[in-house]
Amino acid sequence: MTSPSLVGKNARRFTAPSVIPGFGLTFGYTLIYLGLIVLFPLATLIWWSSGLGFSGLYAIASEPRVAAALRTTFFISFAAAVVDLFFGLIVAWVLTRYDFIGRRLLDAFVDLPFALPTAVAGISLAALYSPNGWFGAPLADYDIKIAFTRWGILVALIFIGLPFVVRTVQPIISELEVELEEASATLGAARLQTVIRVMLPPLAPALLTGFALAFARSIGEYGSVIFIAGNIAYVSEIAPLLIVVKLEQYDVAGATGIATIMLAISFAALLLINLVQAWSRKRFGHV
Amino acid sequence: MPLAADHRAKHRPVTQDSPLARCALIATAVLFLAIFLLAPLAIVFVEAFSKGIGPFLAAFDDPDARAAIRLTLLVAALAVPANLAFGLAASWSIAKFSFPGKSVLITLIDLPFSVSPVVAGLVYVLVFGGQGFFGPWLAEHGVRIIFAVPGIVLATIFVTFPFVARELIPLMQEQGTVEEEAALTLGASGFKTFLTVTLPNIKWGLLYGVLLCNARAMGEFGAVSVVSGHIRGLTNTIPLQVEILYNEYNNVAAFALAVLLAGLALVTLGLKTFLEWRHADELSGRVRRH
Repeated sequence: MTSPSLVGKNARRFTAPSVIPGFGLTFGYTLIYLGLIVLFPLATLIWWSSGLGFSGLYAIASEPRVAAALRTTFFISFAAAVVDLFFGLIVAWVLTRYDFIGRRLLDAFVDLPFALPTAVAGISLAALYSPNGWFGAPLADYDIKIAFTRWGILVALIFIGLPFVVRTVQPIISELEVELEEASATLGAARLQTVIRVMLPPLAPALLTGFALAFARSIGEYGSVIFIAGNIAYVSEIAPLLIVVKLEQYDVAGATGIATIMLAISFAALLLINLVQAWSRKRFGHV
Repeated sequence: MPLAADHRAKHRPVTQDSPLARCALIATAVLFLAIFLLAPLAIVFVEAFSKGIGPFLAAFDDPDARAAIRLTLLVAALAVPANLAFGLAASWSIAKFSFPGKSVLITLIDLPFSVSPVVAGLVYVLVFGGQGFFGPWLAEHGVRIIFAVPGIVLATIFVTFPFVARELIPLMQEQGTVEEEAALTLGASGFKTFLTVTLPNIKWGLLYGVLLCNARAMGEFGAVSVVSGHIRGLTNTIPLQVEILYNEYNNVAAFALAVLLAGLALVTLGLKTFLEWRHADELSGRVRRH
């Protein structure tokens, strides 16, 4: 990391020569603000969890209630990202390749989960899937319960993750080369063969990136889940909720331990994204 | 070649899917989006007006609801300008100069997006809370940050931290430094160059970033929930008030306040779509993830 002391007197040596003024001021401000708002608080978390040590972290993670919540969060986030991967690809394909009435409106609505506050998404999903809701009531006739079960968590995480897949894949679909499709068809491939063997492979890195983004976001999601999950200990509690529970019990160490494990999982997902993108740049020349 | 195939090929280029596949895919996508996106949005309005307009309006007569609305406006009024100033400083230093470690700095600026909102709240408890780093010192001097408004503002700044910067950095990098250099060579001061050359070039990107930052600042739930302490009329923002009302089975009031936030989301989406449509070339052309 570069330190602010390099700026100022020695700025010319640190940056390339330029007539543009203001580097010291803006760069210094950027570092100080970033340090105070983001890095120092996150460092405090790391400092706290290093106080716990690996054995302390392991002890927290293997408390039965915590272990159950971590498992729930991990597996349902994964399942939701898989659903988003599948339907996100179809949505992105339809919105990019076909033209139909209402396409632009639907395209704009894909960003709704980014724009709608998570608490609002949470109470509206709970209302929809509760036993007397629009979707909950007909499903209840078949003895299917969504709200206040693990299925509710899945529904909320599908909602939250969808735009990540669609928005990552869309630009790549619109850049697919028509010539390749034509060549494939000319060489006698059926349409389905062309789609699966010629058009999907270049989409793979974007799909994997979208999947990882949706997964990472789902791991940390709180607001949209807690209203529909029912929050039954050992069954439908998510890891972020347990952080809140531990804090309410003044168990700061426990909360810190869970937070550290969650951070590790989402950073692993981010690392995966960077590796995929580096590989994709080499293989396909785009991200 | 059989005649039938020849005939079909004339009507449908080889790069198009069959009409059947097309219809099936469109139907799947529309149905999926209707169930997972449109229904949750629609139910907010349906529930809010389920007892008519009177009970809907009555929800806003509640002093706690009004306090929540005031607090949300206050928090956004502090957090958005703070991140706007940071976004301008960060993008100026990163896009107009070259220095080592730039990509690390950009990664660090994006960091808050990969941190769970609950963890974002937690880290401030670890810094300023009773058992936290500065906790004893703050208690001695009678300063409250956690379970008070400063904590809410800080947590909101954290979760909305990258919005303006990540919008401006790629945009200003694309635009380069030629225009600024011309202005400076012609004798304009640095500040005047920024105001009359740089700012007009980035205004739509800036507005775009501010819009997204504001929407998130007003709607943030997890991070704010951890540091707020849920004191009615004092430390509840609109999303937290929605939670309290919902848990009290006061559905109409909860969804009435939710209508405010859903309306904000719709306005944000509308303006965002308009900016992307009208000023696409003046926004940075990268994938938007958040």
